[in-house]
Amino acid sequence: MQYLLMLYGDESAWTRMTKEQQEQGAAAYFAYTEALKQAGVLRGSNRLRPSQTATRMRAENGKTQVLDGPFADSKEKLGGYYLIEAPDLDAAMSWTARCPGVQHGTVEVRAIWQMGEAGY
Amino acid sequence: MADEHALAHSVAETVARRSYGKLIAYLAARTGDVAGAEDALADAFAEALVHWPVSGCPENAEAWLLTVARRKGLDRARRRQYEDTTDEDLEQAGAALKEGAEIPDRRLALLFACAHPALNPAVRAPLMLQAVMGLDAARIATAFLASPAAMSKRLVRAKSKIREAGIPFRLPEREELGERLNAVLAAIYAAYTEGWADAAGTDAFRQELSGEAIFLARLVAELLPEEPEALGLCALLLYAEARRGARRDAAGEFVPFERQEVTRWDGAMIAEAERLLGRAGVAGRMGRYQLEAALQSAHIARHRAGWNNWTDVLQLYDALLALTASPVVAVNRALAVAEVEGAAAGVAALPNPEGDARLRTYQPYWAVRAELLARAGDGNGARHAYEVAIGLERDPAIQRFLREKQAQVGK
Repeated sequence: MQYLLMLYGDESAWTRMTKEQQEQGAAAYFAYTEALKQAGVLRGSNRLRPSQTATRMRAENGKTQVLDGPFADSKEKLGGYYLIEAPDLDAAMSWTARCPGVQHGTVEVRAIWQMGEAGY
Repeated sequence: MADEHALAHSVAETVARRSYGKLIAYLAARTGDVAGAEDALADAFAEALVHWPVSGCPENAEAWLLTVARRKGLDRARRRQYEDTTDEDLEQAGAALKEGAEIPDRRLALLFACAHPALNPAVRAPLMLQAVMGLDAARIATAFLASPAAMSKRLVRAKSKIREAGIPFRLPEREELGERLNAVLAAIYAAYTEGWADAAGTDAFRQELSGEAIFLARLVAELLPEEPEALGLCALLLYAEARRGARRDAAGEFVPFERQEVTRWDGAMIAEAERLLGRAGVAGRMGRYQLEAALQSAHIARHRAGWNNWTDVLQLYDALLALTASPVVAVNRALAVAEVEGAAAGVAALPNPEGDARLRTYQPYWAVRAELLARAGDGNGARHAYEVAIGLERDPAIQRFLREKQAQVGK
């Protein structure tokens, strides 16, 4: 099965860090990514640009509305993700526990709805 | 009133801690219904908190709880129209109350039921912690890194299997005792290692979990004093527990075994472990836990006295590897090989991670590999192996330690 690990965190914390702290932070993510690769479970991962660059869109009554960020709906913002392969939720959680994101924010793990799987 | 209430509450808690498993074991042994026993006992504790502040704490609190729990269990059984519970149960419990007699200890039978081969090995340790120690599913889930809902479901399923499949509450026959005992010991060991992971001591529940595991190990060693492996496991856990605090310095940084301060070890606990291991050896039946305890003893002796006993250590690892064929043992053995025969031999002795997903995600494998490659002069290989080890580690203090080791490669 595939699981998406969504990394939420306080974006301003990063900018408040010293250069050295930022380097340490980046190194932790590099090591984690390397471990996922080595185990052969990494399917994809990306870091997102800050949420003030976000744009939201929705259609109402056939009219497309565009909302420009930043959005103040929560302090922790989605900052990146890992897509991993894991046999079950327990295995996915053991990877989540090692993610550097849990040290400074919240990581949400969700199973991917596989193509062709029955919806309910 | 408030004081009496607080007193009743604290008596109920003390009784719960001391006798929970005993009461559950006694209640469940007849009916085979662990969940039913838990419900009945929970009702009894609730009733105790209502009555004891008014009428005072009973002299024999255990018997009081047992009587009420039985009555509650009986009520439930009648509601469900079970026919296998009789008034005889209640009379027996009443007799225990009157005479103040000791409630027979059937915890060992309960432990064997929880570690029955018909149950999924992964649920055995959680089940023991719940049934014998009374820990709730949410806390067990946190310790075993599972979701509370999933853990709760697993525990419920296991208990209904015990009841519906008729898993017996008894000591196994002598011919199968060894194998069945191994399952009990393995589950206790698993509970301990979950608790051991919290080296920083910041997670009170994990630390508590180690304590519970040691309680269970002592209980089994006490109830089966003729079984050398039961004594061996108890010794092993005590050796480890004695060094728990020494794994961190005052600043919270990780301290590897060879740099730990002997004065920060618990000498009394080590002495107890030595005595247990000595008693186990008398039986002349070697086993996995005795060997692991003997390794702990050898490492501790080397560190305390400063002598080189790596050849003895390697022999113990050889025996352990022959017995278990475990890749985890092979990883630790490789370190001993490197001490005796040199770093290159150590690298060659590492198990092959190809096709072994567990080993590829096992942090100590990569840390040991990195250490041995560095000693053998392969700087790039060592740095990469440290990178993977850091990525696999959850504990920031150990990550910092590995990062430092990585920076020192080739210097």
